[in-house]
Amino acid sequence: MIKISRAKLTDGRVVDIDIENKVITKLQTSTGKPTADAIDAGSKLLLPGLVDLHTHLREPGREDSETILTGSKAAVAGGFTAVSAMANTNPVADNAGVVEQIYRLGKEAGLIDVQPIGAVTQGLNGEKLSEMGAMADSIAKVRIFSDDGECVSDPLIMRRALEYVKIFNGIIAQHAQEPRLTVNAQMNEGIVSARIGLPGWPAVAEEAIIARDILLAEHVQSRLHICHLTTAGGVELIRWAKARGIQVTAEVTPHHLLLTDDLVENYDPIFKVNPPLRTQKDVMALREGLAEGVIDIVATDHAPHPAEDKDCEFHAGACGMLGLETALSIVVKTMVQSNLMSWADLVNRMSITPAKIAGYKSQGQDIAIGMPANLILIDQEKSWKVDKNLMKSKSKNTPFHGTELPAVVTDVFHEGEQVMKNGEILDKGTSQNE
Amino acid sequence: MISGHLLSAEDLTKESALGLLATAKELAAITDGPNKKLPTLRGKSIVNLFFEDSTRTRISFESAAKRLSADVINFSAKGSSVSKGESLKDTAQTLQAIGADAVVIRHSASGAAKRLADTHWIQAAVINAGDGTHEHPTQALLDAFTIKQHLRSSENDLTGVRILIVGDILHSRVARSNVILLTKLGATVTLVAPPTLLPVGVSNWPVEISYDFDKEIANCDVVMMLRIQLERMNDSFFPSAQEYSKRYGLNSSRLRKLSKSAIVMHPGPMNRGLEISAESADDLKSVIIDQVKNGVAIRMAVLYELLGGAPIGAQR
Repeated sequence: MIKISRAKLTDGRVVDIDIENKVITKLQTSTGKPTADAIDAGSKLLLPGLVDLHTHLREPGREDSETILTGSKAAVAGGFTAVSAMANTNPVADNAGVVEQIYRLGKEAGLIDVQPIGAVTQGLNGEKLSEMGAMADSIAKVRIFSDDGECVSDPLIMRRALEYVKIFNGIIAQHAQEPRLTVNAQMNEGIVSARIGLPGWPAVAEEAIIARDILLAEHVQSRLHICHLTTAGGVELIRWAKARGIQVTAEVTPHHLLLTDDLVENYDPIFKVNPPLRTQKDVMALREGLAEGVIDIVATDHAPHPAEDKDCEFHAGACGMLGLETALSIVVKTMVQSNLMSWADLVNRMSITPAKIAGYKSQGQDIAIGMPANLILIDQEKSWKVDKNLMKSKSKNTPFHGTELPAVVTDVFHEGEQVMKNGEILDKGTSQNE
Repeated sequence: MISGHLLSAEDLTKESALGLLATAKELAAITDGPNKKLPTLRGKSIVNLFFEDSTRTRISFESAAKRLSADVINFSAKGSSVSKGESLKDTAQTLQAIGADAVVIRHSASGAAKRLADTHWIQAAVINAGDGTHEHPTQALLDAFTIKQHLRSSENDLTGVRILIVGDILHSRVARSNVILLTKLGATVTLVAPPTLLPVGVSNWPVEISYDFDKEIANCDVVMMLRIQLERMNDSFFPSAQEYSKRYGLNSSRLRKLSKSAIVMHPGPMNRGLEISAESADDLKSVIIDQVKNGVAIRMAVLYELLGGAPIGAQR
């Protein structure tokens, strides 16, 4: 049994709780004094574990940049108790064999829930549907399907995919990028790209696909999820679709809530990401959209890359940034400290709603008696300085190196077991690859 | 005097640019004599690192370096890291190991020169000889030099000179560097191009924009034609070479509309019959050959200032 005393909930209550057999068995108002044998939260915030619907764990195929074990550790360090492994591995997670492998490796690592996402099309080629039914029926019980990294650009394939996943109440997560409008694109198309001469990735290339897909989702009455929304126009489209009652959800990444395209000016590929960093106007629209709930969730798009893929000229650089370990702090900085959202809203956007969208039953639940004990403790008074060399991820490609960020995750509990204690990840002694 | 690197026309102040033009003029006067060589950079190693074919720019830098008595190493690395050959970093570290004092780099990726200068891969002075669709600052300097030579030889800067830059602005490093430098020197610049060949963010540039070449041609002192890359043809930037040539080419009828003192420029290599007719290229108004000649003097001035040559008076 684990006891936690003097934990502060987002509604202001300070409570003592007991955890036994993976669930919360006791919850009562704290006397104000630490209980014997308990982990003394000392007024730290107790939240349900964070849930990420967009994580690149790289295994199988690119174990030089991340493995399921190192990615799980990075997740724990960032306060996540569940992540969703994107399908663009090598081999691609487009069949039951690969998703089951990822699921098993996640279980073996044993730190968090690792739930695989299945590819929409075979080999992410955008041409033929993958066996989504087999993946749904596998032990991994896949419900989210995405060709992320590639857009399902063929409207007919997208229509069929949206229709087909209704069999098992699945959802298609679209990487919205019209490929013909983004040939060789390197950064946001605008004032900065005009000046520094990098081929542009226009906002319209994202918005055109979002507009098409929300209309398709309405037509076939299916669930659509838009990955990493980045533009003010995209927020407008989602707002419109929701007002019409279309079943669409959307995510925003922490980096798109903070960083802008002028950072690319020095051509450092650490700021190269797809979709690209946009303008301040877009950033403000994304923050408003998230606060309002038009954008349902924050997802990290955690994308580890080895050093050589960033230590090069911009064109040669790989797209993507680390996200798991900094996500919570970036959202606190951009949304909570700016008074756009409360801590309760943050829990909603980073835990409750993502779990609901994905159907992760033991995640994103209220902190109450009988509920699953996937929990985290956060010291919201403390800040920390991001150091790329101290990341739990196997890679170092964080754009926030050297930045002082608010809120420190100190303790993490997964299925009733403590997996992080005072910032130290508790080794489970797995034989798995680091 | 400039120091450090020359990566962008933005690195130049009006004063430092005019200083370079003056240095180039002096160096040109000396090397126009019977003995073309100065001992200034004896013992210095200059590497021409060319990831893209460019015979003209390379030999211009090479002859500039040789006239200053530097040792020149030509490193042509076709198939850049983008196509998974040796990486730019490894190449740079190789050049560092062999002791390059300056690296003149031409690369298909915008920002490649800046990356060389900003990273710790190499200590040498970096000169941007064209990076992707970004900049080509020595071209802008030699263009400014040529314009001054023909139109403002007795004055300090280019105040009042009206310049048309015509053609593929979107992909042109020559246009970007020229817009920055020529406006800094007081000239008025109008970009003439079809909208498909103008960057979306061009509204922020200190220039006028026009889609109508015929409307602009009579009111300029300089018309600078840009090369149309053949690969643009198949990418729907314009319907056909014929239509492009008709609307945006410098043909003989447009040539006749130019004012008496106006000059015709082109950074080369030309597509005769496409963006410029043979008649226009060879007309008395054409200063294209002067641009090539002045290119050597400008590059000498850049190398000279960056590598810290002794005062020019003490050369002989």
